[in-house]
Amino acid sequence: MKKSLTWREYVITRAIKVSGYSAIVFVGLIFFFLLREGLPVFGEVPISTLFNTRWYPIEEYYGILPLITGSLIVTIGAALVAIPFGIGTAVYIAEVSPRWMREVLKPLVELLGGLPSVVLGFLGILVLSPYLRVLLDLPTGLSALAGALLLGGIAIPTIVSIAEDALDAVPRSYREGAWALGATRWQTIWRVTFPAAKSGVLTAIMLGVGRAIGETMTVMMVTGNAPVLAILPGSILSPVRTMTATIAAEMGEVASGSVHYHVLFFIGMVLFLISLIVNIAASSVVFRSKKRAERILS
Amino acid sequence: MKRFFSIDRDIVQRLGFSFLTIMAVVTVVPIISVVIYIIVQGGPAVSWEFISAMPHDGMRAGGILPAIIGTIYLTIGTAVFSVPLGIAAAIYLSEYAPDNRLTQLIRVAIINLAGIPSVVYGLFGLGLFVLFLKFGTSILAASLTLSIMTLPVIISASEEALRSVPQPFRTVSISLGGTRWQTIRRIVLPEALPGILTGVILGLERAAGETAPILFTGAAFFLPRLPGSVFDATMALPYHLFVISTQVPEMPIQIQYGTALVLIVFVLGMNIIATVVRSRARAKRQW
Repeated sequence: MKKSLTWREYVITRAIKVSGYSAIVFVGLIFFFLLREGLPVFGEVPISTLFNTRWYPIEEYYGILPLITGSLIVTIGAALVAIPFGIGTAVYIAEVSPRWMREVLKPLVELLGGLPSVVLGFLGILVLSPYLRVLLDLPTGLSALAGALLLGGIAIPTIVSIAEDALDAVPRSYREGAWALGATRWQTIWRVTFPAAKSGVLTAIMLGVGRAIGETMTVMMVTGNAPVLAILPGSILSPVRTMTATIAAEMGEVASGSVHYHVLFFIGMVLFLISLIVNIAASSVVFRSKKRAERILS
Repeated sequence: MKRFFSIDRDIVQRLGFSFLTIMAVVTVVPIISVVIYIIVQGGPAVSWEFISAMPHDGMRAGGILPAIIGTIYLTIGTAVFSVPLGIAAAIYLSEYAPDNRLTQLIRVAIINLAGIPSVVYGLFGLGLFVLFLKFGTSILAASLTLSIMTLPVIISASEEALRSVPQPFRTVSISLGGTRWQTIRRIVLPEALPGILTGVILGLERAAGETAPILFTGAAFFLPRLPGSVFDATMALPYHLFVISTQVPEMPIQIQYGTALVLIVFVLGMNIIATVVRSRARAKRQW
């Protein structure tokens, strides 16, 4: 009896340990399969073609620059919307609103984070883009701007949630110290609380913007999907196409193993590396500031 | 001079607070209006027939049953793989893992897994499950893809729940002669269950609402009947909404809003259940 128990325990413990490493295994597997299907591109398409300004796969033009600029302009637009409103809302919830309101507002904002992106894209097509077309007198409302506004909405819940946690984690004694010295609540927020929570807020911004870069369905539905180079700020009003939307729109129609298929995997590889860099940067900010905090406290 | 100074500061504070309030209002109002708008627009389209009948006339009439069933299948399929694996990984991190570089690497991997774009998961699923393992475009391949995407949410939430169980609970159990696994199984897991459940539901909610990962791994444009096995492709609510709002010309607007409403009821319903589970457990907790 005793023996079978320890034997069972051994198996379970092993299984738990193996599961513990699963995250590393999966990140490795994902990277491996992207490389496996994406790297052949270098043997098939000259680099000068790959980093060209024309994306027209039917005639074998595989220039990914328009897709990169498309992703960039939509993401920058989204960041310009999401950072001020996200942080403003986080500060409001953490520092200004009464406690009961925090209990209402935070779940509500996180609810938006749970809305499927396809629903936002759907409303973007039916409501937002016709409105933008009339308001700004555009030939079509399906533009980088529509994508940027909706992506901003998608990044906001991430930013609010993480930034609010960071502000909330600042010890109350910091604030009390500032008040005791005669600072107003407003001065305390910006000179004491906010600087103390700076690294958490930075993480919030990076993860929010990172989410915007990787968002697929919404941008595919509302940005008009025209693979044109978008380098002027004015391009925000014209249709663009992002890297994610290109993969989603075209992968269904290519033959597996074709050049086009490999190029799409290559774009996936680029996206994977971008998200890797953003997330490692974001987590190292957290690690570093934790270490600093430990040093100060010890 | 002093008085003037303080009035000035008060005005700055009042202006600043009003400004922040306006920002919060501008952020929150659209969220509420999106939900209300879909309820108002989609409400009239939703009937018993709409959720229980097959679509006909090129999806322009009838119901959306296969999409609802498909999303339920995919959610269950995702749970089958990601729940045991995610909880086991969380148990490892909270109860077994030493504080070393390897454990740090696991944490970095989890953070990265959470940040990988959903369409990249779709590519990965296509490369590994559909083509390499030859599952084809199927419920199985789509569920596995969604499971890996859901994993970081379940691991992080479950680990947090396990860690919040006070240390003395473990010490007492061990000192009474319980083994490590007995302690986890009988003491720690039951106490952490509501938190784990919340994390699981939030993870599955995300899986149920995602489109990009199933685009090339298991989603079908239209099926005349329900899927018969895990190797069949399936319709799914989010993909169906995408299809009828962009790919099908002359699609009646009510059906589109009705589908959007059913989808958000499904997803937000899970969200609300998760919130209720969490707050109930917090209220009951005696430590």
